[in-house]
Amino acid sequence: MTDSRSLSPLDLETPDQTFLDANELVINMGPQHPATHGVLRVILRLDGEKVMGLECVIGYLHRGVEKIAENRTYTMFNPYVDRMDYVAAVSNALGYCEAVEKLLSVEAPPRAQYIRVILTELNRMASHQLWLGTHALDIGAITPLFYTFRDREEILKIFEKYCGARLTTHAFRIGGLQYEAYEGFEKDVKNFVSFVKPKIDEYEELLTTNRIWLERTKGVGVISGKDCIALGVTGPVLRASGVQWDLRKAQPYANYKNFDFEIPTGQNGDTYDRYVVRMAEMRQSLRIIEQAVEGIPEGPIMAKVPKVMKPPVGEVYHSIEAPKGELGYFIVSDGSTQPYRVRVRPPSFVNLQALELMCRGQLVADVIAVIGTLDIVLGEVDR
Amino acid sequence: MHGVVQYIQSYLESNQTPGAAGNFFWATVYILLVFVGLSVAVIAMNWLERKILAHMQVRLGPMRVGPHGLLQPIADALKLLLKEDIIPAEADKIVFWVAPFIVVLAAFTVFVVVPFGPTHAITDMNIGILFMLGVSSLSVLGIVTAGWASNSHYPLIGALRSSAQMVSYEVAMGLAVVSVILMTSLNEASTGTLSMIGIVQAQQAQQQWFVFKFFPLGLIGFFIFAVAMVAETNRAPFDLPEAESELTAGFHTEYSGFRWSLFFLAEYSAMIAVSSIAVTLWLGGWLRPFPNALQGSTWELVFSLIPGLAFLFLAAMTFYSTVRMPKHPLFRVQTIGLAGFGALLGLIGLILFIPGVRMRVQDIFWFSAKVAGFMYLYIWYRGTFPRYRFDQLMKVGWKVLLPTGLALLILTAVVAMRSELLADVRGVWHP
Repeated sequence: MTDSRSLSPLDLETPDQTFLDANELVINMGPQHPATHGVLRVILRLDGEKVMGLECVIGYLHRGVEKIAENRTYTMFNPYVDRMDYVAAVSNALGYCEAVEKLLSVEAPPRAQYIRVILTELNRMASHQLWLGTHALDIGAITPLFYTFRDREEILKIFEKYCGARLTTHAFRIGGLQYEAYEGFEKDVKNFVSFVKPKIDEYEELLTTNRIWLERTKGVGVISGKDCIALGVTGPVLRASGVQWDLRKAQPYANYKNFDFEIPTGQNGDTYDRYVVRMAEMRQSLRIIEQAVEGIPEGPIMAKVPKVMKPPVGEVYHSIEAPKGELGYFIVSDGSTQPYRVRVRPPSFVNLQALELMCRGQLVADVIAVIGTLDIVLGEVDR
Repeated sequence: MHGVVQYIQSYLESNQTPGAAGNFFWATVYILLVFVGLSVAVIAMNWLERKILAHMQVRLGPMRVGPHGLLQPIADALKLLLKEDIIPAEADKIVFWVAPFIVVLAAFTVFVVVPFGPTHAITDMNIGILFMLGVSSLSVLGIVTAGWASNSHYPLIGALRSSAQMVSYEVAMGLAVVSVILMTSLNEASTGTLSMIGIVQAQQAQQQWFVFKFFPLGLIGFFIFAVAMVAETNRAPFDLPEAESELTAGFHTEYSGFRWSLFFLAEYSAMIAVSSIAVTLWLGGWLRPFPNALQGSTWELVFSLIPGLAFLFLAAMTFYSTVRMPKHPLFRVQTIGLAGFGALLGLIGLILFIPGVRMRVQDIFWFSAKVAGFMYLYIWYRGTFPRYRFDQLMKVGWKVLLPTGLALLILTAVVAMRSELLADVRGVWHP
């Protein structure tokens, strides 16, 4: 595997010459393509089926979320973050709320913390289920998609009962929660955990030892731990390359240090290992949920936060372990009600950098597999 | 006038297929019957695939158009016919126009020699199986031209993939077929045959389906063919030429409306065609199951009643669904429609009990039932397997199936030679 920095960029200025070269075929995959998970555009340079080089073109879903933040108060910006990684909206909100709380030097009360952890882990589960379904669909297995969506529905039902929304939940408020857990929340979560445990085995039954699945994923899109760190790749992709780095353990936030769970890691850094790591993560999430739901303390759900938030002048960087990797918020406050600048470090955007390194020299079908295994969400890449 | 009637009647006394008897009238009738039957089969297959796949995937499938979505294929066909016919501006128009017809032609022509019964075939060719393999491989020409004429990248890659795939799997397929042809020579006359009807008659004479012949050689040959035929028809897990997630729709990306439906028709009739080959060569064609163990006139009667009973069973299931339909007045038309469909199935079942019909139709029934088994397998594969990658597909074809096929051929030849010699010594056949 070559170093990513030695790769020459694809020369987009002279497309005609590339076309005249009979050995190479330039293919424009996306922005409308069934397997680029949204509006990612990948320009592929092919020699037969072999990928000689590729370039990602992003920005088709750019909504200027970071700029919008500068014209909204801290509270008003909260729902906007849900729209970045829309399959893991709760994680986005957790990161943002905690960053602002850090800036305000307040801390959410323990009861709120517990409910936050439960919802975030449920959301991680939902995000991984969506990833599994679409990833398997990209590789040609159409059935897991329906299985995972069937079970993800149960999570969304809990969200809907909790806050009325299914996807862009806006579940958290700065300083805690707006809503008290509804009557029977704990029972619902417990039921879900016992319902979904055998279902994960069911997904694995379809794929884990499937010969074709193994051939399609083993040794595909290999990336070493060193390359991951050099490129800033985080999340399950990094862990599958053998680096044991999970912000829930490395820099515990919320109240993750109260829970007992493991960080699953892989060795080979290939697509199969990433699959295994994510499957294990689902089980770990369930473990955390089980512990959290047992120990929800009584008490208030909102800390004392001023109605008009004017954080002191300063800046803060807070990052959490979103389902896709390190999700960081860098907020600069000028002492007014609106942030001076909000910069988001989205895991999908950073992880997408590794695409070329992972795909070069592989086949077209592998590009699809690698895009799937990186688990990108274009709402987060483009913001 | 009298001459014409005599010409038509003269065939009924012969024991041959209309083609072999040289009777144009009955040949035309058979062609029409096969064509209509095939179209109905494709329509039924369309509905069944969606329903079965849906139930494998914990959903209901089509439910709105007609009771249980029974009219969905018709609605789809209508939609496709009414759609705007788009030919891309940059496409090579004539080739683009011709390509789907080549594919359809190849897919339909092979049915000329498919034996639905000892006399129920359009014709009996002495090179039947060779004709089938040859004509069905013509469809690759249509696919390549379709991909090329579209003048677009995804179709081009799809076409290249499919040509490589179909050509390489034909080799393994051919080897498996040759091993069966060796087996046909083990009869008293000691002559092998390439005729589709002859192959089934050889199985009848040897009292054994070729899938069980020289165990496990026949089984291996059948397995090779069963894998190669999926690749040959571009179906999951070998559906790379139209890999949706990679190539949007492969070679027919630029096709729409009626032209696209021709590709669809060709794909499904090709599936039926290769399944027919597999059934004819290994599973005893039109022969009923257990001809040896369950002999005698009683069993003959029992087995001849099965076609009618099968249809009555389907009718009963339909009536059960009718009873379970929602009682709301909005569903009245659908309920009546479903009951009508059940009545139709029941009527067919009752007609199949009439002794004259029963005896003529049971060959066709057993043949179709076996083919339907393969169709179910196709759907099952699609619901279960991920897709192979191009190089892995080639690896399976050239490094696994081809050497196995070669070894199988040699072993079959050796074993066949040995049993032939033994039979000569003992003077007894049925090796």
